[in-house]
Amino acid sequence: MDAASAAGQPVLELTGVGKDFGAIRALHGVDLQVFPGEVVGLMGDNGAGKSTLVKIIAGNFAATHGAIRFDSHVVHFHRPVDARAVGIEVVYQDLALADNLTAAANVFLGREIKRKFGPFSFLQHKAMDARALELFGELRSETQPQNLVKLMSGGQRQAVAIARTRLSNAKLVMMDEPTAAISVRQVEQVLSLIHRLKEQGVAVMLISHRMPDVFTVCDRVIVLRRGEKKADKPIRDTSPEEVTALITGAKEAA
Amino acid sequence: MSVPIESPISFSNVGRTRWWQRSVFASQTAYVTVALLVLLVVMNFASPYFFTEGNIQNVANNFSFIAIATLGVTFVIITGGIDLSVGSMMCFAAMITSMVMSGLSTPGEPGASLFVHLAADNKTVVANVPGLILVVSVLAGLVVSLMVGLLNGLCIAVLGLSPFVTTLGTLSIVRGLAYVVSNGRGSFPGGPDAEYFYALTSGAVMGVPAPFIYLVILALIMAVVLHHTAFGRHVFALGGNEKAAELTGISVVRVKIEVYVICALAAGLQGIIISGWLGSAPANMATSYELNVIAAAVIGGANLAGGIVGPLGAIVGCVLLEVIRNGLVLAQVNSYWQQTLVGVIIILAVLVDRIRSRIN
Repeated sequence: MDAASAAGQPVLELTGVGKDFGAIRALHGVDLQVFPGEVVGLMGDNGAGKSTLVKIIAGNFAATHGAIRFDSHVVHFHRPVDARAVGIEVVYQDLALADNLTAAANVFLGREIKRKFGPFSFLQHKAMDARALELFGELRSETQPQNLVKLMSGGQRQAVAIARTRLSNAKLVMMDEPTAAISVRQVEQVLSLIHRLKEQGVAVMLISHRMPDVFTVCDRVIVLRRGEKKADKPIRDTSPEEVTALITGAKEAA
Repeated sequence: MSVPIESPISFSNVGRTRWWQRSVFASQTAYVTVALLVLLVVMNFASPYFFTEGNIQNVANNFSFIAIATLGVTFVIITGGIDLSVGSMMCFAAMITSMVMSGLSTPGEPGASLFVHLAADNKTVVANVPGLILVVSVLAGLVVSLMVGLLNGLCIAVLGLSPFVTTLGTLSIVRGLAYVVSNGRGSFPGGPDAEYFYALTSGAVMGVPAPFIYLVILALIMAVVLHHTAFGRHVFALGGNEKAAELTGISVVRVKIEVYVICALAAGLQGIIISGWLGSAPANMATSYELNVIAAAVIGGANLAGGIVGPLGAIVGCVLLEVIRNGLVLAQVNSYWQQTLVGVIIILAVLVDRIRSRIN
């Protein structure tokens, strides 16, 4: 585990979090902590409870049991906006970008920089382009603010989606399968983007099926199976074989 | 295992989008404009009458009669919706406006005493405040449009009904209401303010037809709203990726309602202007105009899937349609060919766009 995570307060702390859908227990007694500047891989088979957990943290729905602390405060999210307000951002698998708009327009979508002019307010294109360029620079991406997203590669789209999270100074970024639908070369770019976030002290939760990605970029891996946490280990103390065994249930817990 | 990747990401394959791949230059609007210019040159040689002042005024007047409504529909189409009720809305708004105008100008009708009185000869009706009836009656027409627009917007955005079906319904509802309120006869603007009404709708300033002036003003406002306000950006975002717009916290419901209201208001205003030129608002006025309006928007570059085009495209589409109509008349071609030709042009415009995007 990194020095950053060994010391200091966790940015996110779940205690005994569970979720019931009627008679179905989707998630049960999950305890976990995520520290600033730490990249945590969240793994598990389909139906293991990954998306349920992510949706609880992102505010899509409330947990049935347990408590969530963010920045040492107990939080209750009712809508995704609540989670975003405290500094939790989600980068969705399909990236949720408007193809017909420019990179800068997407970064600022819903929180445009405006200037009041009497009763009207107008977009500040230059200010937004400049800030977007800065963000892309921080992420060491050569994405141009004025380029249309439609014409971009998968890696560049990721840069745009991640730049959105930087704009709001998110403290925790959850990425849902960011490398699922892109080329090998672009995977490297995305993993590099995750490193940039880490450098800025942002905690990243990477939800992925791809073992090599998790082992390249994560500090720690958490394995869910049948709605329960089965493992929570520093990446250097485990191996892809062990994680696979934990996911499938060949190994009960670690 | 966790080795940081330190190399900065470099995209050797990525440059800035070339200017000809960007904005207006890369759009259907651009080459439809080129087609229009070519057509104008051809018309110049084909008919000595085409570039006469009278004919140009005539063309400007005629395309302005659908272009304002086209601007409104363009808002809706950018969000990926459609509004089929514009033709009926034009008629209904015009009818309400002329009915209110005549009603308030007839002593003895309810409310009329507030606005008019009889002159000493006991025959001439005199307005208490000149122009007030005009303002009230135009507002009445617009308020009715606004309510129909709200109905469209609420059904589509809140109840989640399909825009096509909803506005097909209001097309019929509103047309039916127009027949009901006028008993199928239509209505006529009348009273002391009718003069102002005709001057404002079918008059001209230094040879420029009034509807054309309104069109230019509204198109400029629309361009600013679409490209320089957050609302405009959200309209485009809805057409690009509605789910993304929702996830970023944009109030999708509100933006949708707003575009249908804008569209209805534009159609209402258009209808009121047309009735001034016609001198009446017959119950079958602007029947099937929604097809011309949508055709003009599509020719101008609107994609029914949403996300692209602006006021320029809408206007270019309308001008092209009108120049063709006018050209066929001047060339003494049987004017029944017009509709056939318009259909061919719609398909051609969309086809060329498809071929272009394949090549890119």
